[in-house]
Amino acid sequence: MAVSETMNAPEASNGSPLSAHEGAPESARERAAQYVVSRHRFRPAEALPWLLAIAAYFIFPDRMTFGSQVAIMIMFALSLDLILGYAGIVTLGHAAFFGIGAYTVALMVVRFGWTEPISGLFAAAILTGIFGFVLGWFTLRYRGLTLIMLTLATAIMLQEAGNLRSDITGGYDGLPGLTFKPLFGIFNYDLYGHAYYLYAMAALAIVFVLVRRIVYSPFGQALTGIRENVRRMHAIGSPVHRRLVTVYTISAAIAGVAGALFTQTNAYVTLTVFDFDNSAKVMVMLILGGTGRLYGAFVGAVVYLILEDDLSKFSPTFWQFGIGLLLVLTVLFAPRGLLGLIENAAAYLSKRFKS
Amino acid sequence: MTASALQVQGMNRNFGALKVTRDVDLTLERGARRALIGPNGAGKTTLVNLITGVLRPSSGKVLLNGEDITALSQAQRARRGIARTFQINQLFRGLTVLENLSLAIGERDGHCNNLWRATGGRRIVIDEALDHLASLRLVDDALKLVRELPYGRQRLVEIAIALAQKPRVLLLDEPAAGVPSSESHLILDVVESLDPDIAVLIIEHDMDVVFRFARRITVLVAGAIFTEGTPHEIMANEQVRAVYLGQEGRRVGGGASHG
Amino acid sequence: MPQYANIAVSILFDGLAYAMFLFITSVGLSVTMGLMNFVNLAHGAFAMAGGYLVVTLTRSLGVPFIPSLIVAAVVVGAVSVVFERLLYRRLYRATDLEQVLLTIGLAFMAIATYTYFYGPIPKSVPLPRWLEGDVNLGFRTFPSYRAFLIVVGFLLIAVLWYGFERTNIGAKIRAAVDNRRMAQSVGINVDRLFTLIFALGSGLAALGGGLAIQLLGLNPSFAVIYLVLFLLVVAVGGLGSLKGTLLAALVLGIFDTAGKYLFADAGGFFIYAITVLVLLVKPAGFYGRE
Repeated sequence: MAVSETMNAPEASNGSPLSAHEGAPESARERAAQYVVSRHRFRPAEALPWLLAIAAYFIFPDRMTFGSQVAIMIMFALSLDLILGYAGIVTLGHAAFFGIGAYTVALMVVRFGWTEPISGLFAAAILTGIFGFVLGWFTLRYRGLTLIMLTLATAIMLQEAGNLRSDITGGYDGLPGLTFKPLFGIFNYDLYGHAYYLYAMAALAIVFVLVRRIVYSPFGQALTGIRENVRRMHAIGSPVHRRLVTVYTISAAIAGVAGALFTQTNAYVTLTVFDFDNSAKVMVMLILGGTGRLYGAFVGAVVYLILEDDLSKFSPTFWQFGIGLLLVLTVLFAPRGLLGLIENAAAYLSKRFKS
Repeated sequence: MTASALQVQGMNRNFGALKVTRDVDLTLERGARRALIGPNGAGKTTLVNLITGVLRPSSGKVLLNGEDITALSQAQRARRGIARTFQINQLFRGLTVLENLSLAIGERDGHCNNLWRATGGRRIVIDEALDHLASLRLVDDALKLVRELPYGRQRLVEIAIALAQKPRVLLLDEPAAGVPSSESHLILDVVESLDPDIAVLIIEHDMDVVFRFARRITVLVAGAIFTEGTPHEIMANEQVRAVYLGQEGRRVGGGASHG
Repeated sequence: MPQYANIAVSILFDGLAYAMFLFITSVGLSVTMGLMNFVNLAHGAFAMAGGYLVVTLTRSLGVPFIPSLIVAAVVVGAVSVVFERLLYRRLYRATDLEQVLLTIGLAFMAIATYTYFYGPIPKSVPLPRWLEGDVNLGFRTFPSYRAFLIVVGFLLIAVLWYGFERTNIGAKIRAAVDNRRMAQSVGINVDRLFTLIFALGSGLAALGGGLAIQLLGLNPSFAVIYLVLFLLVVAVGGLGSLKGTLLAALVLGIFDTAGKYLFADAGGFFIYAITVLVLLVKPAGFYGRE
């Protein structure tokens, strides 16, 4: 799960020679340096998810609303990957941020008549970020069950509070009929959600570039250090709590943007956005795809949502059983997720072809 | 008057009724080469933990270059120039050797505060990390994950990280422990070639290492300083032998092996 | 009795009954997590399984209520051993996250399975005559079933306390929870001990599940909904502590009841707010370590 185990570096993850067997030590050194220097550069394979996204626009024009939801969940999963996959912090209650973002936008419409979508995203990001900062500051001193329960209890209390003031929030029935101004005043929203899909994808692209930069930065490296050995991080002088609160704030803001997009693309929001189910769902997606890998969020969300869309229509009970089984199998046999399996397969194949 | 590099004053630590550290006074001058020896359970690692801030004292002070750091956290003390190795390796096992080093450098110089520029853009950090690896002959392993290295080489990485912090005070907790004898000379070479300006304290059981390396020896027994002196003084000290012979059964004083 | 005193007594009584349920069902989880550091989120599913087994025994097989409880506890306890040996054992050294995910996956599978066989509609259980209605304690009448629950709770507490504090096995368990490595080096077979504890804890959970049918209702989502409560009790009480679990069950149970009595809708807040407060001050819970 190291940052070094990116899509295109199965060699490093198998630990086999990128170091020199032939040649002078100097070339081994240069090779190592070159690897690090160029690691953050965009690789051709990284265009794949976006090409697929664009292709979907043309191939499945009738599934664009579904497509928007996929984009939103990918964003949500990315936000979780920052703290779970990279910093290694287990929390339950990430849905709280999603919900705050969703309701920020909804209440802006209902209470202030503010329907401009992009500023809505920013407002959601800021408000959720502030909440994440405060929550993180208090709770990230702890780990394990303590942290899990603190974050879970907070999310539940938020939901209960929302239910208490259902006059404001619409409770579990929600706030329907939220309409938004056309994007940039031009792009209107058609019934099939074409414009929404592109809007959501564009937002995802921007968020992704941000997350990718963070992950490849020295700060991102420090996060993996915290994940791998927090004792060591203290011993080398890392201000661990500060780092964690920072990433938690960013993660919250991104989840908030995902929630805001949810409200905008659904024109509707209810308190179920705060459900524990939501927190669990995004965690499952991430594990399925592979944590600490950026693209794990993509793979996991797509696979999960497609399966859910097809299977739960057939029988929700079978779907629940299937998801449980998938989780068990993933933990037992594919702990690095689907992306890990793909990497293993690719490494195996490349070895076969070499010999 | 130059302040000593590290000073421990009246250090006490209790766990309930158990006194694990008693009234310890210790001074390391600049460039010190001090060995801390004592039977198992004497509290040597505890003392290091108190110095580095892993443990809070029940009473007492720690001064670094004359500055009182007793109230500071472990990370704050590390940033002021204290580095340590652990008795059992504490490495970033899932990261590459190079990443282990660049993290230490990044945190030292504040690079890790930067969320925007890629690590790849910091050639200066990469080069320094590789320099450290080169001096320990670890360059070939630079891109290997730490958990794939044999234990001896992992131990070297442990030391490399401490050195990469560019410390003023270096605390080594049994650096050669667990290293097969075929590889321990690497560790010892490193220890011997440490920067003469750094104050070094090394916890060690192997008396060969102690006598090769130390200019002064502090003996800790049951949490308190038993005695202190030059290697020859300690060697000649009957009481030290008595305290040790039951525990170590090893050569005390570089003489013939008793088995 | 004056009105407020009457309410107070009701709150205490109902709260105590609820607390007994929480204790019985959660104590196994606390000791399991404390001893083996294994996060078992399928614990709620064991409770649910116990409940459904009692339903089947009483409704389909005509077994009386109380014997059904005992049978359910024993059966679920025994079956849980199979899970422990085949599955859980493989993940003792795994990360928290992996344990969480595995056991949640199992819980989902369990919920789906029970939904398939029993349907989603809540089930009830036929009670013996003497558990229905009220019992008159002189100054007031109380619902018989809840009084029963309280009595069962006290009995179990006494038995557990005796078992933990006064027997040899109890001493070994306490030693192993306190310092596992030390216990192993003294010759205590921690593995076997853990299997025993695990079975006991799961059996108690099943018992709690059976008892909960009349108190709270039983449907397949029981496994997950009440799991949160069990986790709250365990976190607030402190891992591996009998005393802690009991105290946490009492505090949370009574405050939750009080909140719902006195503040209706807002009452749901209380247990979560208390949990957060306790954990911020004592992160390891009332009697947890570190």
